[in-house]
Amino acid sequence: MSLSGKDKATVKAFWAIASKKGDEIGAEAMGRLLHVYPQTKTYFSHWTDLSIGSAPVKNHGKIVIGGLSDAVANIDDLLGGLLTLSELHAFQLRVDPTNFKILSHNILVVLAIMFPKEFTPEVHLSMDKFFAAVALALSDKYR
Amino acid sequence: MVEWTAEERSIISEIFSKLDYDDVGPKCLSRCLIVYPWTQRYFGGFGNLYNAEAILSNPMIAAHGITVLHGLDRALNNMDDIKNTYTQLSELHSEKLHVDPTNFTLLADCLTIVIAAKMGTNFTPDMQAAWQKFLSVVVSALGRQYH
Repeated sequence: MSLSGKDKATVKAFWAIASKKGDEIGAEAMGRLLHVYPQTKTYFSHWTDLSIGSAPVKNHGKIVIGGLSDAVANIDDLLGGLLTLSELHAFQLRVDPTNFKILSHNILVVLAIMFPKEFTPEVHLSMDKFFAAVALALSDKYR
Repeated sequence: MVEWTAEERSIISEIFSKLDYDDVGPKCLSRCLIVYPWTQRYFGGFGNLYNAEAILSNPMIAAHGITVLHGLDRALNNMDDIKNTYTQLSELHSEKLHVDPTNFTLLADCLTIVIAAKMGTNFTPDMQAAWQKFLSVVVSALGRQYH
């Protein structure tokens, strides 16, 4: 399910609007990930505070959204552009790829909450495809 | 049996009490058909599904979206035995409609997103957790009669 020219244009246009609230999106999505899918907490046992709105959660949300902005900038070559992040996830973090889908879902929920008008079905479609493509790039080196 | 806390029951009731079926039903089903186009395979007799605009303005899809959404009412009214509440609907989806049960989750995800868009920040993480638990129990019940 590769990204068409239309998908890429849609993602870039929507992200230009959404990324202005990037920190908020990241914090909300991370908070919901840990709260609604408690099994994801297993990756963060080194944090002192896993609650919604806590400093580590907000900070990590920022990092993740930053990574997604990088991905948007490299949308024409995700495998190449996300190489370092891909190696990080494969050899150090080793996050099970199922969790990429879960985080994607939570980001989509937050986008719907924060941008109800702009997050049309067509934008939803392209963003969902984009997150799937990013997940594929991030798990590229897993095996 | 699925255990529901008092808070979860309250959250589910609250969401349903505010639910505008005539708006959410069509939005949910059409979003599913647009975001996951392969789901259109089950709607061959529903007229023009050629593009997003066609799907969004298709009256047959809108009507069916409302029907499907009302299908959740029986779960709301039987929260302590959702499993058996869906026996007949599960058989229908398996034996007559031949719907891949994976699609139930796709539709559930679209419903969650439509409700999130409507409720905005009122759709708190606690509400999302309870709502998704509710939907996953319904999805599981709908898949029980497949063999």
